[in-house]
Amino acid sequence: MSTAVHGHTHGHDDHAHHPTGLRRFLTTTNHKDIGTMYLWFAFAMFLTGGVMALIIRAELFQPGLQITHPDFFNQMISLHGLIMVFGAIMPAFVGFANWQIPMMIGAPDMAFPRLNNWSFWLLPPAASLLVVSLFVPGGAVAAGWTLYPPLTVQMGMGMDLAIFALHILGMSSILGSINIITTILNMRAPGMTLMKMPLFVWTWLITAYLLVAVMPVLAGAVTMVLTDRHFGTHFFNPAGGGDPVLFQHVFWFFGHPEVYIIAIPAFGVISQVIPAFSRKPLFGYTSMVYATASIAILSFLVWAHHMYTTGIPLEAQLYFMYATSLIAVPTGVKVFNWVATMWKGSLSFETPMLFAIGFLFLFTIGGFTGLVLAITPVDIQLHDTYYVVAHFHYVMVAGALFSAFAGIYFWLPKWIGRMYDEKLGKWHFWLSFITFNLAFFVQHFLGLAGMPRRIPDYALQFADFNMVSSIGAFGFGLSQLLFLYIIVKAIRSGEKAPARPWEGADTLEWTHLPTPAPYHSFETPPLVK
Amino acid sequence: MKRNSGLTKRTIGSRLTAAFLAASAAPCLAAHARFNLQQPNSQLGQDIYDLHTLIMWVCVIIFVGVFGVMCYAIVKHRKSVGHQAAHFHENTTVEVVWTVIPFLILIGIAIPATKTLIHQRDTSGADITIKVTGYQWKWGYQYLTGEGEGISFFSMLATPREQISGSAPKGEHYLLEVDQPLVVPVGRKVRMVVTAADVLHAWWVPSLAAKQDAIPGFVRATWFKAEREGVYRGQCAELCGKEHGFMPIVVHVLSAEKYAQWVSEHKPKTDTAAVDVNKIWTLEELVARGEKVFAQNCVACHQANGMGIPGTFPALNGSAVVKGPKAKQLDTVLHGVVLDGKPTAMQSFAHLSDVELAAVVTYTRNAWNNKSGEAVTPADVKAARSKSGSAAAPAGSSTVASVLHAAR
Repeated sequence: MSTAVHGHTHGHDDHAHHPTGLRRFLTTTNHKDIGTMYLWFAFAMFLTGGVMALIIRAELFQPGLQITHPDFFNQMISLHGLIMVFGAIMPAFVGFANWQIPMMIGAPDMAFPRLNNWSFWLLPPAASLLVVSLFVPGGAVAAGWTLYPPLTVQMGMGMDLAIFALHILGMSSILGSINIITTILNMRAPGMTLMKMPLFVWTWLITAYLLVAVMPVLAGAVTMVLTDRHFGTHFFNPAGGGDPVLFQHVFWFFGHPEVYIIAIPAFGVISQVIPAFSRKPLFGYTSMVYATASIAILSFLVWAHHMYTTGIPLEAQLYFMYATSLIAVPTGVKVFNWVATMWKGSLSFETPMLFAIGFLFLFTIGGFTGLVLAITPVDIQLHDTYYVVAHFHYVMVAGALFSAFAGIYFWLPKWIGRMYDEKLGKWHFWLSFITFNLAFFVQHFLGLAGMPRRIPDYALQFADFNMVSSIGAFGFGLSQLLFLYIIVKAIRSGEKAPARPWEGADTLEWTHLPTPAPYHSFETPPLVK
Repeated sequence: MKRNSGLTKRTIGSRLTAAFLAASAAPCLAAHARFNLQQPNSQLGQDIYDLHTLIMWVCVIIFVGVFGVMCYAIVKHRKSVGHQAAHFHENTTVEVVWTVIPFLILIGIAIPATKTLIHQRDTSGADITIKVTGYQWKWGYQYLTGEGEGISFFSMLATPREQISGSAPKGEHYLLEVDQPLVVPVGRKVRMVVTAADVLHAWWVPSLAAKQDAIPGFVRATWFKAEREGVYRGQCAELCGKEHGFMPIVVHVLSAEKYAQWVSEHKPKTDTAAVDVNKIWTLEELVARGEKVFAQNCVACHQANGMGIPGTFPALNGSAVVKGPKAKQLDTVLHGVVLDGKPTAMQSFAHLSDVELAAVVTYTRNAWNNKSGEAVTPADVKAARSKSGSAAAPAGSSTVASVLHAAR
């Protein structure tokens, strides 16, 4: 690796090439500022969606209707889903991409800085539309985040606001993805071939292609709902020759890759964190790259496994069952590779590693229940039950969110130049880990025993586990306030971090940049051998 | 078993303790329905149950294997015990092995899964075919062929609103009880052809292993063959709006003799509605009957106090339609409300009988602050119907032949 490249720029970092205060963030084209804004935005949305989750769990604490009206309950489940997926998890990983990709490939910034600013600033208006829709006549969309018609045709104007929000969010994702692809393909330091890129960069390259491919499909689906609602078309209205199931095909052609849009960058973070704390290179780098790419390609070919109960033909059910099971192979390879990376390493268990191991455990459980759900006859029993709710929260929360926590604790010292409080970080992990399982593990039992999802009230035999789940959910929600405290404390009064606080971390941002990282990452590209 | 909905602290505590104990004992109680699929009541259900058990064990074994290795590494290969990191990072043989073995395991799972699925999708050779239609928010059943042909009825939640709001203790079958259950004979193959009138629903009875989305404009089929007599309960499984959680399914499985008896009691008789029309109803009788109809069909949106949900469902108390000419109100209940060419949540209630419609309209015109003192008679409803040509035809008007043809 080349020698330090950043001698002359130190004074350059703080001085005023850029405005300060609010205007700094409104007009910034800097990948770090934008990354920071993405992450804070995602956290704000995470808390918003989290409050909605707690309203849901409070209502489900006991049988009977206590605190919500069923229609408001349906608004909560719909907005919780939309906000968490589009407002919290996706922007969080774009935040990571912004911060890390230029630093990890040895570039000064993203390829299109002004576009970068625009992709971020599209998000707040879109999120506002979703939140404001709660207060319009008829309330927010109450048809679930999957927005199946004909129910969505019955909704009030909250539905239109949600459609426009999705259009804007989709635009933001597409612009961001174009930026990421261009940056990775054109701005790598000399010597950094594609197969030398850190795995996090690889996962984002693949994810960005997925986003460009499927966000327009979602936009198409919701636009058809919009014209069915207002302009007399009958895409989904059988009385006019339409087909409600068509929407599901189009939606899940977006929706299944979307699962991997969330999961693949999470894999990337884990693939950086585990080697660093094992003090040993990632096992099977090449097979990791191929496994990730296979997962991405397979994700386009399995969409109708969300639709086994719609009455698609037997032949289609068989095909989608086989294709879906196949995803277990590359996913298994990834898990085996991570475990092999830890094998005979020199392990230490700082907070990022704890979250990574937590991810490994729980994501694997989510993967296994995914295999159970891939098998058509079993899925027909479990479809639209709490088993599915448990499954995708193991993938989305214990998978994506835990990996985001791992990434934040891992890179925070490089970002802000200060360490977080290790002891509190570990508290955060253990509280999250225990309460998460309390909230979601019992939901497997509820689903198996026959409790449908998306119901505000339930039969008495489901009472015990729902109570446990609600207690777990409140514990999990409160634990995240500890996370906020840890971050604020680190920013305000954390210990000063060394350039390379993790001895096993060996990517460019640790080896070639001071801590905190300078405003323009690499003004002269490092030479990678 | 009656349970008071106002739980005391102590019962919450003891239930929690019980739940924690139960959850921690989960693996050894795996066969118990609390932690597993419901006890199946059909061969198909048993096949699915066994398939699920097989996959679970495969998953458990792999999980224990993989994380056994990881836990060993966590204990033995930690820096704090002085373990030095090795430097290997590749091994093609290992990579091939752990790609191929999962693939073979998947094939092992796919074979029984394929067999079960082919069995599950074979709806041929049914003894009885019943059409089920999902409505917001009730089920309509129509016996199309086989013993019982011609019977049709609606089935809706029988749990009183007071139990849901908590002002009355919850019964044993809270939310899983209906006014009129589906009745089928034991040991006979019953084909359910499933459709919907408004939005998506899904007809699901877990212990019979039958779940099928109900799709407006399309007819899909599923089937079951119950092995034991008894009462089996399920719910709508596809979000269908506000009352999605409140449209259960109850199936009574009877012996052949009892089923024959049920059929003879429920075969369509001479037009009972016509007898009713000739009866002279007093205002009080209509209001009393109408209150019941209102409680079954209207209260979910318009609310018991007639005030609706502001901004979502309009109030009937003081409503211009309810206080206006009866022709307009009859038109509303018979045809629903269409705004800007779009159907609204106010659907058509033409499937109710003349007496029921007359009663409920009369009730709304005399309840709360609406004191018209005016009775709308079944004859009025009949006249309104004949003017617009909307017959009382439960569970859709498509012919048996076309339904059977369309169902796959």
